[in-house]
Amino acid sequence: MSILLSNISKQFGAFSALSNINLEIPEGELVALLGPSGCGKTTLLRIIAGLEQADKGRVLLSGVDKTTQNVSKRGIGFVFQHYALFRHMTVFENVAFGLRVKPRRERLDNETITKKVHALLELVQLDWLHDRYPDQLSGGQRQRIALARALAVEPSVLLLDEPFGALDASVRKDLRQWLRNLHHELNVTSIFVTHDQEEAMEVASQVVVLNHGRIEQQGTPSDIYDHPANAFVSRFIGQTNIFDMAEQDADWLQIAGLLPTQKESKIAHVRPHDIIIEKTSANQDAPATLKDWQHLGALIRLELVKNGSNANTPSVFAEMPNEQFKQLALSRGDKVALQIRQAHWFQ
Amino acid sequence: MNVIQLPVNKLVAPKPQALQDPDWVRWSLITIAISFIGLFILLPLGLVIVKAFSKGIEAYWSALSEPDTLSAIKLTLITAAVTVPLNTLFGVTAAWAVTRFDFKGKSLLTTLIDLPFSVSPVISGFIFVLLFGAEGWFGDWLVQHQIKIIFTISGIVLATLFITFPFVARQLIPLMQEMGSQEEEAALSLGAGGWRTFWSVTLPNIKWALLYGVLLCNARAMGEFGAVSVVSGHIRGITNTLPLHVEVNYNEYNIVGAFASASILAALAVLTLILKTALEWQQARR
Repeated sequence: MSILLSNISKQFGAFSALSNINLEIPEGELVALLGPSGCGKTTLLRIIAGLEQADKGRVLLSGVDKTTQNVSKRGIGFVFQHYALFRHMTVFENVAFGLRVKPRRERLDNETITKKVHALLELVQLDWLHDRYPDQLSGGQRQRIALARALAVEPSVLLLDEPFGALDASVRKDLRQWLRNLHHELNVTSIFVTHDQEEAMEVASQVVVLNHGRIEQQGTPSDIYDHPANAFVSRFIGQTNIFDMAEQDADWLQIAGLLPTQKESKIAHVRPHDIIIEKTSANQDAPATLKDWQHLGALIRLELVKNGSNANTPSVFAEMPNEQFKQLALSRGDKVALQIRQAHWFQ
Repeated sequence: MNVIQLPVNKLVAPKPQALQDPDWVRWSLITIAISFIGLFILLPLGLVIVKAFSKGIEAYWSALSEPDTLSAIKLTLITAAVTVPLNTLFGVTAAWAVTRFDFKGKSLLTTLIDLPFSVSPVISGFIFVLLFGAEGWFGDWLVQHQIKIIFTISGIVLATLFITFPFVARQLIPLMQEMGSQEEEAALSLGAGGWRTFWSVTLPNIKWALLYGVLLCNARAMGEFGAVSVVSGHIRGITNTLPLHVEVNYNEYNIVGAFASASILAALAVLTLILKTALEWQQARR
């Protein structure tokens, strides 16, 4: 089901949580609402669900205006950050709940419900836990049960509020991949809220970046990474070095290949992997020194300081593959030259 | 004040060593606690029983089977039967309103719920006399319509209602605040209506606290003396509840009669304690 939000605004007292949000989500997408905490992303999700009412604007699902419709009639599935499983019900009863509360005319018979619940539990690979209570499960298991419960009513839209927020890093990684696969399988339009840009890039087919209650950019993960619409998006998505060309000693950056595309552009954002490092011989005049480096697995992150700068100048970060770093045989204190391959310019 | 928080967690963790006091401190504190309870609770309770049976079991039975005593027991039961369900309903409603909605005057409401605990019961009784008595605000109107409240069972029920209304709400509000409303939101998002959500999600989660509140409310409804004393008028066999009946008997030097009735109240209290402990145990197990 497609989702259309037009002119959504929401105030909490004097605080404007959302202002004039316009957003269109085509059917079958897996969308991440990404932003720092307090940017309004959860509020937006709750407005789509009907758990919260917008002060202004409309919510259309499949072209039908659902702005004032009650949450229980919207046909959405909602997964909460802290799972919100019914603690006094077994896993089986949790998943069956949505099927049991249907009006008598639409309700399936008990046998069909039982079959369906077991099928859903198999889908989330937890059928063996069907007679446990929520407090006997791990966080990852609980979240998968919460997902099965939301899917039981065959929602046309699946909404997930920080679904991995409360989980361990390793469980989180597994579940991300699993959610992506599940989405491929079911193809139900899904929106999830996250503050973790890596998670958004990894899982979503579309990313919507929010800040201060406004949409900064919407696009595929590659769009957003390669063509950030503004300085906020560029800073928020991935690591970036920020250079202000208006400062006095910016010449060395121009020598390194950092040239503005337009005259009025003053601020350059450079990704660490767009900085190429060359080792210089001892007697050569080198612009920077290797201060430190960290092993990130496949990549090595190098911390560089400009020669002759004072202690307050921020370091420049570069990244290169592990192999290449070994070949260069760099060690701390070595003089290096840099070359900047690509930059994003902002005013 | 009889508001006791339910034990949230009864996991027996080893006591941290840093908190272990020397033996003499530990033993003297334990001794003080136990002798205090013995002196002020167990001893009086035992005395009630002893006095009640001081003239033999037959005197005890005949005191209990006196028509005035039976009528006092009946009145006490009726009062509890009316006030406890009403206050349960009120308590759940108030707790729901306070924990689930934001509205102006919410903190005032929360404070006012506690009012019967902070006002002396005698004063509570007088409030009703001032309102409904012959000289009271509504006195003329009530006389015209031939409705009697003061010195009747209605007055007793009203006063008891007032005295006992905080019990259920006070038990539920902290629990429901701590639980949050996510499970209810989840139920709604799954298509359940409000009523269904209450019965299948909210009520099972609060049932132990609710029962506990009802129990305390009942204990107080049966045992209330001050407020009821003011509005009842002490009409023998008509408006005497058990606690009032005890006092009347005692003032007339009918020791066996007084203590026999008191033993029933004491038995009710002990029963309440047993049920309460059973509930706590239940709750800790789940």
